[in-house]
Amino acid sequence: MKAFTYDRVTSADEALAAGAGASFVAGGTNLLDHMKLQIVTPDRLVDLNRAGMDTIEPTAQGGLRIGALVRNSDLAADSRIIADYAVLARAILAGASGQIRNRATTAGNLMQRTRCPYFYDTALACNKRDPGSGCSAQDGHSRTLAVIGTSDLCLCQNPGDMAVALRVLDAGVEVAAPGGGTRTIPIAEFHQLPGDTLPVREFALEPGELIIAVVLPPPAGGTHYYRKVRDRSSYAFALVSVAAVIQPDGTGRIALGGVAPRPWASEGADAAIPHGAKAVAAALFEGARPQEDNAFKIDLATRTIAAVLAEAKEARA
Amino acid sequence: MKFDAPMGDTPIDTGRVVGRPHARVDGPLKTTGRATYAAEWHDGLPGLLHGFIIPATIAKGTVTAIDTAKAKSAAGVVDVLTFENFDINGTANGKTVKLVGGPQVQHYHQALGVVIAETFEAARGAAALVEVDYEAEAGAFSLDGVRADAKVCGAFGGPGETRVGDFEAAFEAAEVQFDQEYRTAAHSPAMIEPFASIAQWEGDGLTLWTANQMIATTRSSMASMLQIDESRVRVLSPYIGGGFGAKLWAHADAILAALAARKTGRPVKVVMPRGLIFNNTINRPETIQRLRIGTRADGKIEAFGHEGWSGNVEGGNPESTVLSSRSVYAGPNRLMADHMGHLDLPEGNAMRAPGDAVGSIAVEIAMDELAEKLGLDPIELRVMNDSQVDPSQPKKTFSNRHLVRCLQDGAERFGWSGRQAPGTRREGKWLVGMGVATAYRAALRSASGAAVRLETNGRITVETDMTDIGTGSYTILAQTAGEMLGVPVDRVDVRLGDSAFPKSAGSGGQWGASSSTSGLYVACVNLRREIAQRLSLDEERAEFEDGEVRSGNRVCSLLDAVADGPVSAEGKIDFGQSDTHAFGTFGAHFVEVGVDSYTGEVRVRRMLAVCSAGRILNPVSARSQVIGAMTMGVGAALSEKLVVDERYGCFINHDLAFYEVPVHADIPHQDCVFLDDVDPHGNPMKAHGVGELGLCGVGGAIANAVYNATGHRLRKVPMVVEDILAGLPDPV
Ligand SMILES: Cc1cc2nc3c(=O)[nH]c(=O)nc-3n(C[C@H](O)[C@H](O)[C@H](O)COP(=O)(O)OP(=O)(O)OC[C@H]3O[C@@H](n4cnc5c(N)ncnc54)[C@H](O)[C@@H]3O)c2cc1C
Repeated sequence: MKAFTYDRVTSADEALAAGAGASFVAGGTNLLDHMKLQIVTPDRLVDLNRAGMDTIEPTAQGGLRIGALVRNSDLAADSRIIADYAVLARAILAGASGQIRNRATTAGNLMQRTRCPYFYDTALACNKRDPGSGCSAQDGHSRTLAVIGTSDLCLCQNPGDMAVALRVLDAGVEVAAPGGGTRTIPIAEFHQLPGDTLPVREFALEPGELIIAVVLPPPAGGTHYYRKVRDRSSYAFALVSVAAVIQPDGTGRIALGGVAPRPWASEGADAAIPHGAKAVAAALFEGARPQEDNAFKIDLATRTIAAVLAEAKEARA
Repeated sequence: MKFDAPMGDTPIDTGRVVGRPHARVDGPLKTTGRATYAAEWHDGLPGLLHGFIIPATIAKGTVTAIDTAKAKSAAGVVDVLTFENFDINGTANGKTVKLVGGPQVQHYHQALGVVIAETFEAARGAAALVEVDYEAEAGAFSLDGVRADAKVCGAFGGPGETRVGDFEAAFEAAEVQFDQEYRTAAHSPAMIEPFASIAQWEGDGLTLWTANQMIATTRSSMASMLQIDESRVRVLSPYIGGGFGAKLWAHADAILAALAARKTGRPVKVVMPRGLIFNNTINRPETIQRLRIGTRADGKIEAFGHEGWSGNVEGGNPESTVLSSRSVYAGPNRLMADHMGHLDLPEGNAMRAPGDAVGSIAVEIAMDELAEKLGLDPIELRVMNDSQVDPSQPKKTFSNRHLVRCLQDGAERFGWSGRQAPGTRREGKWLVGMGVATAYRAALRSASGAAVRLETNGRITVETDMTDIGTGSYTILAQTAGEMLGVPVDRVDVRLGDSAFPKSAGSGGQWGASSSTSGLYVACVNLRREIAQRLSLDEERAEFEDGEVRSGNRVCSLLDAVADGPVSAEGKIDFGQSDTHAFGTFGAHFVEVGVDSYTGEVRVRRMLAVCSAGRILNPVSARSQVIGAMTMGVGAALSEKLVVDERYGCFINHDLAFYEVPVHADIPHQDCVFLDDVDPHGNPMKAHGVGELGLCGVGGAIANAVYNATGHRLRKVPMVVEDILAGLPDPV
């Protein structure tokens, strides 16, 4: 670990003022791992844990505004979330462990970085860690990595569960800029695809910008599903996950986790839901470029969508 | 005492203390954080420095330059030592590669040196500043690539190839022939406590606190690597957070801590970071295995052939896949052979139930396939081919072989008769199946010594360099002394893992429990004699019970014997080779799995092991051993796999997120039953270990259950979703 300076702030404004050139730390469950392994070596940390932003408030539009520092455990246990946004609670509870969720925050969770073995071994080339060094995952061990939305520069998957649920819920990410002013980034645009130019950008945040909240639109109704497929029953990242909200008439929305650099969804896929899993998957995986190791994810995702749609159908019957 | 005749009656047979389900005597220390693991000896070590290992980042080649200047000038750094500064004689006993490499690099993450600093963080930070230039060489990293050149080779001094009768002719002539190939992945021990050492020198004497299963071996390793007299080395390892074989030897942490402490004149701690364990230390290598079994039409085995292929560093051992096949099933014509190819991957070495853990997976799947081919129940096939003599050494009878009872008793308990035809049992989206496998593991015995003392306050102190790797050694030794001396367990203080104590068998090969308690038994017999003499009692007739010694109508308190000071005795057990008996432990594993018909996820629903291993010294600690082993078997069957990146010559999934061991949610229900038997031929305790038995066969039982659930046979472990999906019908 490299030596760094550490500041504690007590408000979002202070955080923004202190934030230039610094890394924000919230729960620390992702950032500290990376610092210990020297995947990142920030010179300055700004600790957000006393900066407020830790409540869930109703919005004028009838939705909810989740403070950036609300812990994952608290969010998943909130009665309004359980009642109206169950897919979110289920997705959060499918991730990590109780201890980690007690620390992890809403903003930190959204900003968690990829789980690629080559990102984690600092001796090996990785464009994400060291822009221009190359991507060792190409032709490497890519079983857990993305099958779509990738490029020659990067095969990373977004490993998160929470964001997949936020994607079907059409959440917005409210960010504040250091110079003042806020903007809302639709969740669909929050995570970036690697594209063909360096550096490989992961998030839509500009330097110094601070996430202050995640905003949920009014409840969408329907029945909520989160199905996560993994090699062991718990404490593992998704090989594939499916978040879905299915309406009584059989229409709905679907997003996939574990298959792309961002939660993967499309309007075309949603429109195909009444036509079944194969139609949905065909829309979602158009243009996929799987590796030998992870091509199975397409079949697996198709089958997992089928499982969710079958369950939804049974529930309606 | 040289053990060479069956044991008659002993106080152990009364079973007042031994054989009772005592909770761990060291449990409260561990649950309250007071048990001092290797990295935790901070008290009394002022000025403790921290060392961080500098790992090689190529698999094979030469270090052409190593620049430590930046690291040396970093804040908090005291010194940086590399192979250029060391003179290490050879390597640790039992290891093949050097603990510190350079200029030649033998494998990825081999240690090249150590950064020594005032804090752990400073040492770690500076390690990243060391600049190493290499001249890399191409290496061999693929088992398939070296298989054709692999040579017949024995493991750990054993034979490479053994034959009985004429295998080829008998297989050729057999009415039913079975011939299949299987694969098992490489495994990492992935124990929770990393390798860790603290070294301190006083003059030319070294004290090493380390995490190690074999104190005496490590003491002599350290002395020989450092070229000092063994008497100048003290090794302490009283508490160990798991080893699974990997702590049989000294590793880089131990030698680097010792060298760094010698150079700086201050105590130095080196903890191996999690990310280095997978490539720096040892692993259980990947295997390919071929099973050829020829039977009569009724299922009697006529020819049994098992051949294994694995790769290892030059001079290393093959994975001894065929070890158990020599003895587990009958058959007059036999061929067993292990082959080894040269690989430049990290060293393969003994991991829990070496050879048998993965050998049994292939054999037990093969037996399941064969039973189906013969139209027999898999239990019937196994029962029919049981053998009370060792089929590879027919002059030897098994001293205690109750495999058939284990299988039949287990079948009854598990509801085996409810097993359905493959692919036919469905519960909602779940395909459900049952599988069975034999568990067999040799019962090795090893010389072991102990000292025991009756203190003036009436308490008993036991001292031996035996280790407790989480297994329960403390408790069974306390029970042994308690039984022999007639006191409850809470009046016995057991002190372990210190090279100042008498040399023991150590922990490995599941020999520790029976051997170390047998050594203590001998010490206790000697102490009883001393006590009887002090009390002027007839030593032959003296009975020790309830803190008293009774002989005829005389009753003395133990305290009467220590009026003039403590009484102490030492003892040691030695074992000869038996010409008449083979020693083994046996069991049967039963597993029920559910396979998600959509996603191919396999989830174990329940597991049962029925075991026979002679006297069970403590049913709760033995149970913990067996269910822990079953859990490890779940890992081998369903998720654990070291993935080789052949471009870099390393195991690329080198942390606990990428190398997945089972979690609690994977293990919903486990049962373990011990047959009530004793083996007077084995050792004075009439007991054998179970820590490896519990692992043997588990993966096979799971694979067979998966087949029974899906109707699709897999011959490769781990069985992950993509393998399962290949055999599942389209759900859409
Ligand atoms: C063992 C383990 C298992 C896990 N398993 C799963 C899993 O199965 N599924 C899953 O989804 N996740 C999993 N995770 C990841 C976990 O969800 C994340 O570590 C956690 O959500 C991160 O939140 P945090 O508050 O601790 O973030 P931190 O570590 O504090 O920060 C993460 C990043 O977010 C930035 N950041 C934090 N707050 C803000 C803000 N307000 N504005 C701008 N930037 C900010 C930080 O600068 C940093 O770059 C696992 C983690 C671990 C360690």
